[in-house]
Parts: sequence; C-alpha cells; structure tokens
Amino acid sequence: MARELLKGNEAMAEAAIRAGLEAYFGYPITPQTELLEWMSKRMPELGRPFLQAESEVAAINMVYGAACTGKRVMSSSSSPGVSLMMEGLSYIAGTELPAVLINVMRGGPGLGNIAPSQGDYNQMVRGGGHGDYHAIVLAPASVQEAIDLVVLAFDLAEKYRSLTFVIADGNIGQMMEPAELPPMRPLKRTVPEWAVQGAIGRERRVLSSIYIEPEDEEVVNIRLLERWREIEANEVRFKEYFLEDAEIIVIGYGTAGRVAFSAVRTAREQGIPVGLLRPITVNPFPSGRIAELIPQARAFLVVEMSTGQMLEDVQRAVEGRVPVEFYGRLGGVVPYPDEILNEIIRVAEEPIELGVDPLDGWLKRLKAITN
Amino acid sequence: METVETAKLVYSRPESLTDATMHYCPGCTHGVAHRLIAEVMDEMGIRERTIGVAPVGCSVFAYYYLDCDFVEAAHGRAPAMATGLKRVLPDRFVFTYQGDGDLASIGMAEIMHAAGRGENITVISTNTAQYGMTGGQMAPTTLPGQKTTSSPSGRDVELMGYPLRMAEVLSNMEGSGYVVRRSLHNAANIRKAKKAIRMAFEVQKRGLGFAMVELLSTCPTNWGMSAVESLKWVEENMIPVYPLGDYKVTSALDGIRV
Ligand SMILES: Cc1ncc(C[n+]2csc(CCOP(=O)(O)OP(=O)(O)O)c2C)c(N)n1
Repeated sequence: MARELLKGNEAMAEAAIRAGLEAYFGYPITPQTELLEWMSKRMPELGRPFLQAESEVAAINMVYGAACTGKRVMSSSSSPGVSLMMEGLSYIAGTELPAVLINVMRGGPGLGNIAPSQGDYNQMVRGGGHGDYHAIVLAPASVQEAIDLVVLAFDLAEKYRSLTFVIADGNIGQMMEPAELPPMRPLKRTVPEWAVQGAIGRERRVLSSIYIEPEDEEVVNIRLLERWREIEANEVRFKEYFLEDAEIIVIGYGTAGRVAFSAVRTAREQGIPVGLLRPITVNPFPSGRIAELIPQARAFLVVEMSTGQMLEDVQRAVEGRVPVEFYGRLGGVVPYPDEILNEIIRVAEEPIELGVDPLDGWLKRLKAITN
Repeated sequence: METVETAKLVYSRPESLTDATMHYCPGCTHGVAHRLIAEVMDEMGIRERTIGVAPVGCSVFAYYYLDCDFVEAAHGRAPAMATGLKRVLPDRFVFTYQGDGDLASIGMAEIMHAAGRGENITVISTNTAQYGMTGGQMAPTTLPGQKTTSSPSGRDVELMGYPLRMAEVLSNMEGSGYVVRRSLHNAANIRKAKKAIRMAFEVQKRGLGFAMVELLSTCPTNWGMSAVESLKWVEENMIPVYPLGDYKVTSALDGIRV
C-alpha cells in the first residue's frame, strides 16, 4: 500500500476497520469526532454495525454487549466522554472481555478545552474505573504509529482478554501526515470458547462480572493480576534515540515525546550527550529499560503534557539513584522544542541535587512564562 | 394385566427453566415472571437462540434459572448491552429483564433510546413500586404517599415527584412496536401476562421494533406483608395508578394470535 496524506482520527478509524473491526459504538466529542464520522460512513459500506449511541455510558455498554459475542468491537472518545465510560470499562475488565478504546485526550479537568493534553494518564494507566484491574495502554506519537498501534491493540486485547486503550492526544487526532494503512484483513471466522452467541447444541454460558462470594472474587482478582504480570513480562514496547552514550535521558510519550525528539536532536548537534526513551506501552511501563539506563545516566528529564503523572512511574523505576527532573505544559498547551531544549541545557549545565522534588523548580520556571 | 392410564401430565417445569432452587423471597413474583419467559422460549423453540441480559436488582441471578445464554449488565444499562448484542447478532433473540429502579431510574436514558431507535429487543420489566434488592427504598414508581425506607413519611409528591408510568412513556416512541402493562397478582392475569410476553418475542421475531411488557409485581418482604396481602395490594393500590392495558400495538401484529 502506498503512503497517503492521512488525518490521525480518520487513519485510526480505517486502521481499525482493516484490522477486522466488527462493530463500532460511539458518541461525538472533539477532538475525536472525525473518527466516529469515518466509522459512520465506512462501517455501513462494509455491512458492519455502526451506532451513534445516546451517550458514552450507552456506547461503552453497547461495546460490552457486543464484546460478549467474541466479536472485534471498539469505541472512541475524548477525556470527558472517557470519564463517563469508566463504569462500563470496569465491567468489561471484570468480565474478562477484549475491547479496544481510543482516547483522543484533551485539556482538563472538567469541560476543559479541545486542545491536546496528556492529563488522562492516571485515568487510563492506573484504572479510572472501580476495582482491581489493569488495561494495556498504547501511546502513538505519529499518524503512522497510531495506525500500527490500533491494529496491535486488537491483537493484544484478544490475546489477553484485556481492555486495550490507545491514548492519542488532540494533536495526533487532528494532524495530517503521510502514512501507510495496512491491507484489509478478513473478518475473524472463529468464535472464542467463552463467547455468548446462543446455546446452540451446548450448555448455556453466562458472562458476568459478579462473584458474590468474596473467595471467588479473590480468585478472579488473582487471575487478572497473573494475566497482567504476563503482559508486563511480554508486551513492554518503547523506542530509543541516541541512548548508547547518553548521560541525560529524556523520557516522554506521544506528542510530548515527539516534541522532545526534536529538542534532543538539536541538543546532540550542540554536543550535549542526551538521548530519548519514548514509551510506546505506557502500561505496562518500560521500568526495566529505565533501570538498565541508570548506571550511564547523570539525570533523567521527564517531559509530559500533564502535571507529572508519568513522572511517578519514572521515579519509581529510578529509585532515587539519580536525579529525575521534570518539564510539563498543562491544560492543552503543547511545549515547543525550544522549551525542552532549554531544559536539556539546564540539566546538562546546572548541578542537579538528588532528593529534591522536581515539581518545585519546574513550577517556578513554568509560572515565570505563563499567563 | 391391562394397565389403565389414570393420570395425565398437565403441568411441569418448562425445559427452559433450570431445576435450581430460586433465591427469591416467599411470595415474590420474580419466579412467576421467569417461568413465563421459560414457557414462551419453549413454545417458540428459541431457547438455544436466545440471549438474556440480566439486570442489577433482585433478579441479578436470573441466569441461574433461565436455561439460555446470558450476560449480566451494569445497573440500568441492560438495554444498551442488549443493543450491542442484537446489532452484532441480529438473528438471535435478545431480551432484558429489569426491575423498575433499573429501568425507570438509573437506566432511563438507555431504555428511552432503545425504544426510540426501535431496537429490536424484548424488555420484560417488573414494577414493585420500590427498590427490592437494596431493601425497599423509594423508586420512581413508588406510589404517592407510599412509605419506603427512604420516604419514611410516605412519598410526598411535592418534594419527591410523581410516579413514572413507563409503559405509557415508552408507548409514545415511534420505535416501539409493542408496549403493554400486565399484572401477576392472580392466575387470570398471569395467563394474560404470558400471552403478552409471547407477543413481545413474536415482535422481535418479525423485526417489528422495540417491545416491552411491564409486569406489576409483588415485594412482600419490603412491603412488610404476607404473600396474599401483597397480591391484594397490587390489585387495590397499584392497578389504579398503573392501569393494565395495551399502550402500543403495531398494526403489523393485526391477526397474529398467540
Ligand atoms: C451504579 C449502581 N448504583 C446503585 C446500585 C445499588 N443497587 C443495586 S440493586 C438496586 C435497585 C434495584 O431495584 P429494582 O431495579 O427495582 O429491582 P428489584 O431489586 O426490585 O428487582 C440498587 C439501587 C448498584 N448496584 N449500582
């Protein structure tokens, strides 16, 4: 297939379709809406169900119902809509069903705005819905990567009977870039052995997230955790740039990671020994790779479009052995490469003390340049 | 020696009903409603092609008793879940079973829009004028003046609003093919309820849109009555507020007898 100029939201929609999506349920919200609109045209063309639900609450419960049949199903939304889906997501996790959700994140909290943000990291990575569960979370930094990760999301969801989220931000959703779509996959023909499709010639099956005996629920929780640990062991993905001899290691995902890449490249040209680690899976988090980098690192610099949500995961991986600095822009503001370059230079030139809360200095510097 | 047949089996457990002992309180009509659904599945021969959606409420374990594939929804979301199922498996029978709190309170948006879309599902809803499972709190269906554990002085309509009549409300939806209210308080009405449930599945079979049967039901435990008293309470107090009848019957059903 040839490279075409594609808009992120539409590319993700078409990638899902080509990955064998069998039903889509969603609700309009900026900056995700083109995804739903693309589905509304393409899915009926292919004779596959598309439904605009009355709310995100309904949309995710439609996904829940359709996922019970073992079909490939998904929804997409943006931050406020994803908040509404948390109930359904918890039920899907509790019923151990595969399902894919794309969150094109926007500025918050509350109604916030429609600009790109990474403020939903905690909600997506650490749960969001009630109860003990984990979801696989994939973070693309380009339209091409968004396409590839949407396809991967379905495969991972089914392999582990797990929720899989693709967290893009408004930037990835709205941006147009040359990218290549995968070929159209044939629809799945097999029905998973757990699926509910009517008890034709077999015992009835029940799919439920209720385990009224705490001892039974505990067994389910153990199973979910063991499956999660298997995911942690096998599915960590990241990209590295200039890391071989890097003494300053920048860590950023999605759009923040992409902007950081420009800054790192410029810093390299200036002779600063800096490299970039860009997590692709923010859950499971590449903690192991970060730990490996500690001996060569003078300092880590975490860059996010949030108040330092992923920062906590990096700090946990680094265990206080070298300084971890932070730079973030908030509320839908995307950092410029120059801002990150300045941070890299600062970390390279200034002595950074161990054991100081990186948020203190960052907030002071940020307030000096904001409204 | 010649044997003479003296007994004929006239009543037995429907095939679609499991032999599990029901957990419902004595005098509760959930068991009756379950049995009627099972009889209808038997008569129509659709047990193997039916998927039930259980609610959150006393009937959360409906699938212990109804011998077909089942899923278990979040509170009020059964119509959305049923929509997802039906859209990907249009040739299966999909029904929800919902209490009045589930359907008329927390699940109001989902039921209204399922009807509005003419979603080709069957909804069996039980109306006990309060929340059963959580111990008898006020529901949108609670009668004016009725005492519940969260309206201890009786439902004051000035403060707590008026009963919601779901059959009437849903019958106004263009997508509704069949919306009726029946009662389970005596044998004659149970027979009528059974016919209505059958009709609601026939609507689905024929692709005639959304179908709902609201069943006036008892909750002797939370009402603080004996089983017999509660049946009488349905007749004397609930039917005047919730008149039985056919609220929407699509003309496409003309001539169909069940
Ligand atoms: C989101 C949510 N809110 C509240 C509850 C608690 N809850 C469980 S059952 C129920 C009411 C059930 O009443 P109804 O739907 O009338 O069914 P019944 O038990 O009377 O059959 C409530 C409020 C819940 N499980 N989930």
